[in-house]
Amino acid sequence: MSESERQFERLSVFKTYKLYVGGKFPRSESGRVYEVSDSKGRWLANAPQSSRKDARDAVSAARKAFGGWSGATAYNRGQVLYRVAEMLEGRREQFTAEVAASEGISKSKAAAVVSATVDRWVWYAGWTDKIGQVTGGANPVAGPFFNLSTPEPSGVVAVLAPQDSSFLGLVSVVAPVIATGNTAVVIASESAPLPALSLGEVLATSDVPGGVVNILSGRTAELAAPLASHQDVNGIDLYGADESLAKELEIAAADNLKRVLRPSPMDFSAAPGTDRLTAFLETKTVWHPTGSLGASGSGY
Amino acid sequence: MAFEYAPAPESRSVVDIAPSYGLFIDGEFTDAADGKVFKTVSPSTEEVLSEVALAGPEDVDRAVKAARKAFVKWSALPGAERAKYLFRIARIIQERSRELAVLETLDNGKPIRETRDADLPLVAAHFFYYAGWADKLDHAGYGANPRPLGVAGQVIPWNFPLLMLAWKIAPALATGNTVVLKPAETTPLSALFFADICRQAGLPRGVVNILPGYGDTGAALVRHEDVDKVAFTGSTAVGKAIARQIAGTRKKATLELGGKGANIVFDDAPIDQAVEGIVTGIFFNQGQVCCAGSRLLVQESVQDELLDSLKRRLSTLRIGDPLDKNTDLGAINSAEQLARIKTLADAGEAEGAERWSPQCELPSSGYWFAPTLFTNVTQAHTVARDEIFGPVLSVLTFRTPDEAVAKANNTQYGLSAGIWTEKGSRILAVANKLRAGVVWANTFNKFDPTSPFGGYKESGYGREGGRHGLEAYLDV
Amino acid sequence: MGGAPLADVTSSDSSLRRFLHGLPGVDAVGLEARAASLGTRSIKTTAKAYAIDLAISMIDLTTLEGADTAGKVRSLAAKALHPDPTDRTVPTTAALCVYPDMVPTAVASLAGSDVKVASVATAFPAGRAALAVKLADVRDAVAAGADEIDMVIDRGAFLAGHYLKVYEEIVAVKAECGAARLKVIFETGELSTYDNIRRASWLGMVAGADFIKTSTGKVAVNATPANTLLMLEAVRDFRAQTGVQVGVKPAGGIRTSKDAIKFLVLVNETAGEDWLDNHWFRFGASSLLNDLLMQRQKLATGRYSGPDYVTVD
Repeated sequence: MSESERQFERLSVFKTYKLYVGGKFPRSESGRVYEVSDSKGRWLANAPQSSRKDARDAVSAARKAFGGWSGATAYNRGQVLYRVAEMLEGRREQFTAEVAASEGISKSKAAAVVSATVDRWVWYAGWTDKIGQVTGGANPVAGPFFNLSTPEPSGVVAVLAPQDSSFLGLVSVVAPVIATGNTAVVIASESAPLPALSLGEVLATSDVPGGVVNILSGRTAELAAPLASHQDVNGIDLYGADESLAKELEIAAADNLKRVLRPSPMDFSAAPGTDRLTAFLETKTVWHPTGSLGASGSGY
Repeated sequence: MAFEYAPAPESRSVVDIAPSYGLFIDGEFTDAADGKVFKTVSPSTEEVLSEVALAGPEDVDRAVKAARKAFVKWSALPGAERAKYLFRIARIIQERSRELAVLETLDNGKPIRETRDADLPLVAAHFFYYAGWADKLDHAGYGANPRPLGVAGQVIPWNFPLLMLAWKIAPALATGNTVVLKPAETTPLSALFFADICRQAGLPRGVVNILPGYGDTGAALVRHEDVDKVAFTGSTAVGKAIARQIAGTRKKATLELGGKGANIVFDDAPIDQAVEGIVTGIFFNQGQVCCAGSRLLVQESVQDELLDSLKRRLSTLRIGDPLDKNTDLGAINSAEQLARIKTLADAGEAEGAERWSPQCELPSSGYWFAPTLFTNVTQAHTVARDEIFGPVLSVLTFRTPDEAVAKANNTQYGLSAGIWTEKGSRILAVANKLRAGVVWANTFNKFDPTSPFGGYKESGYGREGGRHGLEAYLDV
Repeated sequence: MGGAPLADVTSSDSSLRRFLHGLPGVDAVGLEARAASLGTRSIKTTAKAYAIDLAISMIDLTTLEGADTAGKVRSLAAKALHPDPTDRTVPTTAALCVYPDMVPTAVASLAGSDVKVASVATAFPAGRAALAVKLADVRDAVAAGADEIDMVIDRGAFLAGHYLKVYEEIVAVKAECGAARLKVIFETGELSTYDNIRRASWLGMVAGADFIKTSTGKVAVNATPANTLLMLEAVRDFRAQTGVQVGVKPAGGIRTSKDAIKFLVLVNETAGEDWLDNHWFRFGASSLLNDLLMQRQKLATGRYSGPDYVTVD
């Protein structure tokens, strides 16, 4: 280092945090931002404060992506989700810093959270081509019919991410929704949205088609209302809503009978079950006659 | 002027074959205790590819001990950690797939088109699929916290060397077992390259051990008293010998043996696709496939039309250099196998079946057999009963669905069958009556890691692939 | 229509329906898998050189825009005659394909050459006009000197099951063609199913088509390897049954040499080498030609060419 360079400390470059909608990184349509602070109240960044229109755009993007994503083979979806884990692994440091700042935990605890988050992607990547084998199957109906039940994704799912677990919690609710072939509109933790917005950058470089996951930051209540009442949304995970908001949203969701996953606190560090995978699956049962080999009924 | 395809050889330089290879025991390549070696040749040219250590009983014991030792830690690892090892292996296989495809084509003789487009993608997919099971065993339907068996002794054939390895090793490792695997004597190389992949993946030593050798090496492995699980793919005769040998022991077994698959074509079949399915059914991998559709059962009313189409199609098959990207049919795997195919085909002719092959020039060195059809075949003909394991199709006819099913089932085997008809209820009715472990409708020779595979009757027992494939490696 | 093959099947709407619906079904997955598998053929060096020149010679160089002018047609005609002005060994294209009102210009521009003038007629591309108008369209183009007529079938009638109507219209157009060869366009993208494409193929051939053609190039899905493979099977089987050889023309969406060579592989391994001639196989294309020329230059020089080294017409 030369003498002149020692005169000052290098000024870092700040990142502009943006939404992630339809595979692109727009600012909020509203032009609004809000201040995001760490646990000690120090300013971290300005996050976009999404509007109803951003929510509407996100639903359009999710709907557009649904055909391709749900129509992809389960194997392909698994490969793509595993790729997310690979890309996350390479950005551990960034996420560790963001989680530590957002959640007010030590770097080493944050690093453990990030590790668990990467492993959570791996867990769900492995489910894409197994959930149908676990939840579907042949039904022995009393008649000459082939009868098979298979699960299919519900469609576009709005996800209210956990407010306190900004990264592990986020991934724990988003990954199961998309693993089964749904597409998602995610409302990030209101007070700690930065890991979610950075996750968008990872998804954009992980072969996840644009629109499969759309991430909005802003006021949860403000964004959740139009999503809960949106007629082209098929399901809603209310994890990030408090009791009264959840009730209000569940009532709105009844308009088109959205599949609703009610908030119930969970320990994100524990191994998940399959509940969140099956919450947004429809079971389709197909009947087809089998009949006999021929009119004669003879044994050859 | 005809459209003659110029040679389009895949580059051999993507693979670097060493002049010699050792056994892979406890994470290291080592010589055989008695120093024995054998040569592996390229069946398309008879060129010697490498010299490989030949495992004897002492080596088997050493490998089983290494696997036993590794089992303690491996089985105690959280499933999620085992999963990540298997995901790593899957990814490395994808990365090195062209190298492995060329290697497999050299050692086995099958066309690069197949190793590149079928074998290798399926190998990687199999590891991916079972990787995902490693941390989900509680959900597999075998109760909470199902336990592994211990050390698995696995013996695989030469027809799909790396794919059969994947079918054996992936579920074994996912469930927490450790393995000692014996590849076939004519195709040991891809298993030894797999050992290097285990090294790149950082797999703990002793979890996978590879012992090249002949049948007696396999027998020693099966016999070893500290082996808890035997998995064998190969001939029915050897399968029966294994079943006798493990009688009265604690050893669990999976046997995937021979077949004489019936491919049933009804008069309302999608005819062009049926012709493709028949070709895929019997000429994929030169017919050296246990689930090959080696008996074509065609409804008499469409026999002439179908056979004309089939013969025309066979005339377009391209036979020759397996490394040429346009080759459809490669070499037979060994001189021994070629002799067996010749003997059985000659028997077909002697017994009065009508033999036909398209005009084709076979290379002068290496082991080659022209695609062959036998018509006027009856159930009594040897070519309708014995597994030929070569590019030889026996054509029989039937009049009614009943008769088709009766003839299809009239064999000691029961591995695969095909049904060609546009009528859905006929597919399901016929499938219900067939005594075969895999039934393909309007397609043939399709494989997927999520789909269980295995036979009825003398085609063996146990299933590989899918959720069902876990059971074979769990103490349930 | 004297001596038309399979004449008895067209005696009534119901007999035609029975015939077409009695054709073997098509399994879509199997068909597409076969097309994809042939798409993996690796065509190198001498085979590639042969295929590129063959493909150039099979192009119906096409301009079918509302904005077409005599100038545009003349410039394309020059391209058809001398695809690469720097290399006179390049073959001419098979034909120049234009709207009927541009036929006189095309004929004048190509006079004395072997390049044919093809014209789309019958209210191309929708075909939604009265039969009299369609026939007048054809007469006009033939009178102006068109060597080939590319007609569209009435997809509405076909999808509604009025096969005889479709048949009779083709027969009527064929009668107007005189010496001109008739290409019958099915608009496979609108017929939607492979079973329909097989039926349309046989319907067209029974009605006297000289060529069966996939599409107009004006809809979302045009020529694909699978629909072309299916049509090649149809002409192969039709010749086996009737002795009459019919040509095939995939059109629309074939833009690269790689694609074109894949189609030639389909021809070679399905219908066979009798069809590897521009009398029996054509590409309906425009931008394809320049890509073929660039590949040709690459083979000749060993360098990759660029768009500045072929002419924009």
